[in-house]
Amino acid sequence: MKKWIAGAALALAAMTGTAFADGHGDYPERPIMLMVSYGAGGATDFQARIVTMTAGNEDALGMPMAIVNKPGAGGRVGWNWFATQAEADGYTLGAYNIPHFIAQSIEGGVDYSADSFEPIANWGADPAVFVVGADSAFNSMDDVVNFAKENPGGLTFSGAGLFVGHHIAALQLEKAAGVKMAYIPNNAGGAGAMRAVISGEVMGGVNNLSDAYRAQAAGNVKILGVFDLERNSFLPDVPTLIEQGYDIDNASVNFRGVMVPKGTPQAVIDHLAATVPAMFENGRVQSRMEAGGSPMHVMNRDEVLEMWAARQATLEELLAGL
Amino acid sequence: MEFLFYMGDVFTPMNFGLLLLGTIGGLILGATPGLSPTMAVALLIPFTFKLEPQQGLILLGAAYTSTVAGGAVSAILLKIPGAPANIATTLDGHAMAQKGEGAKALQLSFIASAVGGVFGVLLLIFLTPILAQWALAFGPSHLFWLAILGVTVIGTLDSSSVVKGLLSGCIGLWLATIGFDDIMGAQRFIFHPSVAGGINVIPALIGLFAIPQVITMFTKGRSSDDAEIISVKRHPIRKAMAEVFSRKRALSIGTAVGSIIGLIPGVGGQIAGLVAYDQSRKFSPDKDKFGTGHSEGVIAAESANNAMVGPSLVPLLTLSIPGSPTAAVLLGGLLIHGIFPGPDLFMNYPQVAWTFIDSMLIGQILMCVFGLYIAGLAANVARIPHGVMAALVLGLAVFGSYSVQNSMGDVYVMATLGLAMYFLERFGFSAAPLVLGLILGPIAEANFIQGSMIANATVGMGSYFFTGWLNWLLIVIVIASVSYSVWMEIAQRRYTTKDDAVAKEEALS
Repeated sequence: MKKWIAGAALALAAMTGTAFADGHGDYPERPIMLMVSYGAGGATDFQARIVTMTAGNEDALGMPMAIVNKPGAGGRVGWNWFATQAEADGYTLGAYNIPHFIAQSIEGGVDYSADSFEPIANWGADPAVFVVGADSAFNSMDDVVNFAKENPGGLTFSGAGLFVGHHIAALQLEKAAGVKMAYIPNNAGGAGAMRAVISGEVMGGVNNLSDAYRAQAAGNVKILGVFDLERNSFLPDVPTLIEQGYDIDNASVNFRGVMVPKGTPQAVIDHLAATVPAMFENGRVQSRMEAGGSPMHVMNRDEVLEMWAARQATLEELLAGL
Repeated sequence: MEFLFYMGDVFTPMNFGLLLLGTIGGLILGATPGLSPTMAVALLIPFTFKLEPQQGLILLGAAYTSTVAGGAVSAILLKIPGAPANIATTLDGHAMAQKGEGAKALQLSFIASAVGGVFGVLLLIFLTPILAQWALAFGPSHLFWLAILGVTVIGTLDSSSVVKGLLSGCIGLWLATIGFDDIMGAQRFIFHPSVAGGINVIPALIGLFAIPQVITMFTKGRSSDDAEIISVKRHPIRKAMAEVFSRKRALSIGTAVGSIIGLIPGVGGQIAGLVAYDQSRKFSPDKDKFGTGHSEGVIAAESANNAMVGPSLVPLLTLSIPGSPTAAVLLGGLLIHGIFPGPDLFMNYPQVAWTFIDSMLIGQILMCVFGLYIAGLAANVARIPHGVMAALVLGLAVFGSYSVQNSMGDVYVMATLGLAMYFLERFGFSAAPLVLGLILGPIAEANFIQGSMIANATVGMGSYFFTGWLNWLLIVIVIASVSYSVWMEIAQRRYTTKDDAVAKEEALS
């Protein structure tokens, strides 16, 4: 009897298994969850809500996406959950932030690495910029670096924490300019780091382009350089670090996109990879992101895979010295 | 006087309808344990996608205003503070509800909230440029001293003795160190995956306050089923009004402390209520009545945490930096419509900015009206038999803890802390100082480390932490607060035996 039940159960499992494998033509059959490992209202959450708002359209996935926030420990809580507990059935998607999760996995103490996830598509790229207070004596990166050369370790500048894009940019700047500076990680994130710059607690700071753009428009800061390969369309007048003579690539750019856990059926990954980039390119999404000052950068699965691999190599080298 | 010019916009049918919706919805969301104002506002953001910017902000502003006040409902009736802002409200509010004065406590809290709230919004309207300077004045060294000031309150807050207050404060400070440290990148005391992200304040609050009470109710429920049912006294609103305005000291201390501290980015909202409560006790001739269901306690705490709403938006509206998590969510609501807050906001989008502020002003009054209406009905919660009530509170506690971060880990944390607190309470320890330690720990630590990093790179520790009038002002207040407590302790010699603790526990439950 027991054997019979076990056999039946096995058969049933096999049947549903095959039905599932063949039935991807119907995917998705129910709403999809998108895990965001930062709190509601943060930049990642805010952008994730905009780029997924058309998921229910017929030409996109045909099913709505619900955002579920799992914040904590700079994203580690959410990504740990995503790597170890999320079901790899295609109904549990996650938002990634590069370089954060790769840098954290190199630092150690987490349950994930770039191999734990399968990227689907990238929606945004928010470069880091160097800001100083509106009344600061610094007017170019050379001024900043010269001050740092005269006062080794005496130039204080803020950023959103450790092992995030801002920190990476700070490390790159120190390495490229050959100076020692005092990076002050802020426990209140990018907003806290920006406040420290505006109030004059620190002499400068690394911050998100989107936030710095608003702060500059409000007359509170000057933006001295962009940590990216090219100038940004939001700030056409601000030169990149490369233009100012510092060999710094785009390793600190905060890329945001969608991924699934390893083990998700290939058919589901292919379906998502084919439809999601088009969903990001929807006109309504684009105009909302533009209005919010959030730079978009849509990349397909192959491009993201390449970017992840490149980032892994750069960060391993950069963080080895810590 | 520009705000009067745009006042009419609040009363167009659509806008006023949204204002009503936001207010009533906000009261309900705020009264649900675990749904903090930040989360309530975040939940509403997607609805504003389809609305005009002005309308969206009216909805968000009204919801923000009334969720803060709504938190008092569960704090008073169930002894579950909906958010850190409501901790101080539980101390006297719940004691009142247990005496059958729930209706009175709720009425007092809504009227005091409205008074504080209107004052706070008026500050936002008239003094924004000055307040903006104040919000920027607090650097790491000042925030560190402010947190130390908070620590000095711990010893005297709702405990049978200073030593026990300090001890439970220390437990709170230890709990605060668990998790990843964002500044040094260290991992501390992560003995279980549930605490990898640190102990979140909201599940901790729910567990520490609600669970001991649930256990007590279950243990008592069987022996005396009917005898425990409290008769709920009706309380006319007119008398509540008179009561609030006759307690001028508590009302003015609450409002003033709430508006000043509420303005300090990142710190204000969480401790304004507790600091106001502590201050009005120190200045009150009826010190001993605090904690036993004294109306001044409720008035001070609630006027403070609503007075904070207006000023807490100053850094966002003028400098474009969100000063609190809720302000960060509101920033998202503005950005989605392409509105960048900053000094030009009032010039470029006067209609949006002023209507938003006006709606918060009207929202405070509407919130008070609806709050008073439900106060009489809601107070009947005290009539529910203990067994049923315990099950209900337990259900809400689990739901509330889970919903903060959609995590079962938070439910385990809530249950563990609650169980531990039940035993601690039997020995005269209380939850409020422990929570205060949990809140202040990260503020004190992070700002000390940041401050010392800046100091070491520039002027040196000594001159960084001990120069400037603001540092010294705070240091002097800290010293005054400590000496006051020591003097009171010597004057009164508050010893507590186990019998006292048990007696107090029985009086409370």
